[in-house]
Amino acid sequence: MTVAQERALVIGASLAGLRGAESLRRAGFTGPVTIVGAEPHAPYDRPPLSKHVLTGEVPADATTLPNLTALDADWRLGVAATTLDRHNRVVGLATGEALAYDRLLIATGTRAREWPDAAQGRLAGVFTLRNRDDAAALRRALTAGPSRVLVVGGGFIGCEVAASCRALGLPVTLVETGPTPLARVLGQNLGAVVAAMHEGLGVVIRSGTKVERLEDDGSGHVTGARLDDGSTVAASVVVVALGAVRNTEWLAGSGLSFDTDGVDCDANGHAVDADGRPDPRIAAAGDVARFPHPLYDGRRVALEHWGHAVAQAEHAGRLLAGTRPGAAYAELPAFWSSQGGITIKSVGLTEGADGLVIAQGDPKQGRFLAVYGRAGRCIAAVSFDCARWLPAYAEQIRAGSPFPPIRGATDQGALTILSPGFPEQRRPEVSR
Amino acid sequence: MPDHRSDQAGLQPEPAPARAARPLRVSVDLNRCQAYAQCCYAAPDHFVLHGREALYYDPAPDAAARLEIERARIACPVQAIHVEDAGSHGR
Repeated sequence: MTVAQERALVIGASLAGLRGAESLRRAGFTGPVTIVGAEPHAPYDRPPLSKHVLTGEVPADATTLPNLTALDADWRLGVAATTLDRHNRVVGLATGEALAYDRLLIATGTRAREWPDAAQGRLAGVFTLRNRDDAAALRRALTAGPSRVLVVGGGFIGCEVAASCRALGLPVTLVETGPTPLARVLGQNLGAVVAAMHEGLGVVIRSGTKVERLEDDGSGHVTGARLDDGSTVAASVVVVALGAVRNTEWLAGSGLSFDTDGVDCDANGHAVDADGRPDPRIAAAGDVARFPHPLYDGRRVALEHWGHAVAQAEHAGRLLAGTRPGAAYAELPAFWSSQGGITIKSVGLTEGADGLVIAQGDPKQGRFLAVYGRAGRCIAAVSFDCARWLPAYAEQIRAGSPFPPIRGATDQGALTILSPGFPEQRRPEVSR
Repeated sequence: MPDHRSDQAGLQPEPAPARAARPLRVSVDLNRCQAYAQCCYAAPDHFVLHGREALYYDPAPDAAARLEIERARIACPVQAIHVEDAGSHGR
């Protein structure tokens, strides 16, 4: 087979990179596979980093992902890819080396968005949380007995960090510019449920407030923050949880279409150039890949979800191995988060929702499932501690069933259509 | 999908040298997990339910726990548990 002589290169030694390489092998690719990772670590699992690693239940270095297929790969860890030359089919590395490819998987993921003021962001006691080393460093700081932890940003990572700090008994304040935590993803209606849940854990929530500056003790250690209402929060540890930036800079000059929100792919998963022409030798997967989602009218999305990284990488691996895709990649988006013992799970995308119903359970009792609708169709469902209901609603969402869904169950009250309450200025094309 | 080649081998005791080897590697697809808690009965030292459905699992159990971990993997009604096939030495 000619395939045997071809070389595959995976850029990103991540969940997506690992599962993509495995998929290449399972699809029959027998040529050399090289996996390049900017971090010195073998691929590891990120979800525990903001939860059990911070609470000390799992050491940061215990998160190495299992291999699920024999890979026989050449690993280049601790070296970043810096250039892509599609004409000569070469990826340049930070060491100056050049690696040739015939099939290329782009899985460079994201990095934490830094605090906008670099000098304040460099203060001792200021952390971001994206990588294993970040989690290990933050864990050390939390065990040193901080006076208070200030979490800047009420997205999923911010909420999980706040809950983990409370599990350690540490005083925590969470500052969020939006009306509630998680308002961008869930809307403020459910965001208020999340806020109440965190207040129940003992987190001090400061919503609708912005951190103006981080303050220091004059010798390089953070002492807290000044907020835009003039108040201050004293804290010896600050966790900046302002979302992620996609690692696409290395694609400059490649001719591929990309920006800070991702590298563009066609419906099959091939990376496209500035004119929208797919490069049949290149696929992208995971957080970095922006693609038109067929379940959402072809809207281009880049999803920072664990399950998506796996499914899209498996799809990309088959694609690069030469398997003709039977259909466009159309996995239903799904994620989970656990905060203070509560598990939040979601399927679909809430973006653009114009209605919300509590379809099962009761938010007051902490166990419920909400369905989001748009223009009379179900587009997303979110469960709080009742995940077993979710697959039934996932089917409704996949099918674009009428909203509100599944009426008339015997244990169901009347469904009242509520406003999800999304704040203005949602960033399009980026979920979570 | 998990690699099933280890199903039979995993039920046999590990040979002695493997006990000193690196720990097992475990991950759980928590999208799939629906808190049936069968893993918590099969391997109570390595899988624990916090609250109603937040699963804590040990991602790096000692190799000596292989039998228990395999039992947990097989017991999962939604097959959400992935264990590295010790025979795959994939890297």
